[in-house]
Amino acid sequence: MQSFDYIALKSVDEVVSLLASQNGNAKILAGGTDLIVQLREGRRKAGLVIDVKHIPELTQIKHDENGLCIGAAAACHDICADPIVQRKYPGLVDGIHLIGGVQIQSRASVGGNLCNASPAADSIPALIVHEAVCNIAGTNGMRTLPVEEFCIAPGQNALKAGEFLVSIHVPTPKEEFGAGYLRFIPRNEMDIAVVGAGVSIVLDDDKKHFVSARIALGAVAPTPLFASSAGDFLAGQDLTRTNIKEAARMAQAIARPITDLRGTAEHRKHLCAVLVERALDKAIERAGGQHAQ
Amino acid sequence: MPNKVHISATINGEETEFLCEPRQSLLEVLRETIGLMGAKEGCNNGNCGACNVILDGVLVNSCLVLAVEIQGRSVTTIEGIATAEGLHPLQQKFIEHAALQCGYCTPGFIVASKALLDQNPDPSEQEVRAWLAGNLCRCTGYDRIIKAVLDAADG
Repeated sequence: MQSFDYIALKSVDEVVSLLASQNGNAKILAGGTDLIVQLREGRRKAGLVIDVKHIPELTQIKHDENGLCIGAAAACHDICADPIVQRKYPGLVDGIHLIGGVQIQSRASVGGNLCNASPAADSIPALIVHEAVCNIAGTNGMRTLPVEEFCIAPGQNALKAGEFLVSIHVPTPKEEFGAGYLRFIPRNEMDIAVVGAGVSIVLDDDKKHFVSARIALGAVAPTPLFASSAGDFLAGQDLTRTNIKEAARMAQAIARPITDLRGTAEHRKHLCAVLVERALDKAIERAGGQHAQ
Repeated sequence: MPNKVHISATINGEETEFLCEPRQSLLEVLRETIGLMGAKEGCNNGNCGACNVILDGVLVNSCLVLAVEIQGRSVTTIEGIATAEGLHPLQQKFIEHAALQCGYCTPGFIVASKALLDQNPDPSEQEVRAWLAGNLCRCTGYDRIIKAVLDAADG
């Protein structure tokens, strides 16, 4: 593996100062499940690796009146084991618990899954439909960015030179909220999504109409896709099979998959509609709605 | 060339000190510096689990941990599983069930299984299979491994 220096820092300010002096020479280490492999294989370069796991804000999983704040280096296992996350954010758990086996879950972070910016990242569609927002630190202070704007190309994110991801804020779900994430892989576990679909919905009091919906797709474009028009279509609509299928069709329409070793473009396109429909059914069930006829 | 870093950690219950380069994985240092050859390098990218060790009670792939990260921490490798009294029940059951052929993946499976039984002493077959999904074996077809782990849990 290429040689680099290593430093473990204790505060966000220390990381910001050090990054500012490094001219892009430094990489942030959280769980290392992507970064260490990429450095070993020469797919990313670093002269300095900055370990952020000793910074409390980076590893905490915090709940307050505004929602959930996930430190960018918090391990997937710790997030999924949090009882409040399990109860209030099941759509997030759907996506996060799929990232690798036990050995990966214990180290990999959601912040890292986001920064790695894989089109097939399982946590990202789930974060998008939960309206998650990135908290980013840089020399000019903190800024926020919706998760759907964070990935800009395969392996590339919206962080500017000297910036790093501190945490991800997920707002408290509204009443009558439900969410779900489903992916297709050719086996039961331990694989990369051929297609992933995340959805969230809010139902009205009688649970017969959609108040709002969000739909996001993975592995069907260079970045995870926010299918905003498909979700917006459902707002105010009756909870019917016809409307669910139409939203799924609209999400499918914006997918622009490629053919690669995991699947053909045609298969992926087909899967978009199937997975969005099933994820909507799951979200409706979680919101306490009746299965649509 | 960056300087070597001095690291102190507890490895299999013993205070251990070593020098390593920041680029070196925990696996590389365990095998090549400390001389603990039980953890195996299979894929070296986090897919196969042959290098599994327990780090502060948590199962990790040692190929995906930098050795410098273990400063002040505690590592259990396959060499730390048996006691002076004899083999760990998992090791005994792997032998009884012939839960191995070439044996290359076995240290990883036993360490991973120990991490499971430490936190769930009576797992279901489904729980064992799901837990061990991050460990690859190309010989056994897994059935004997699953039976050995379930038997060790019963014992």
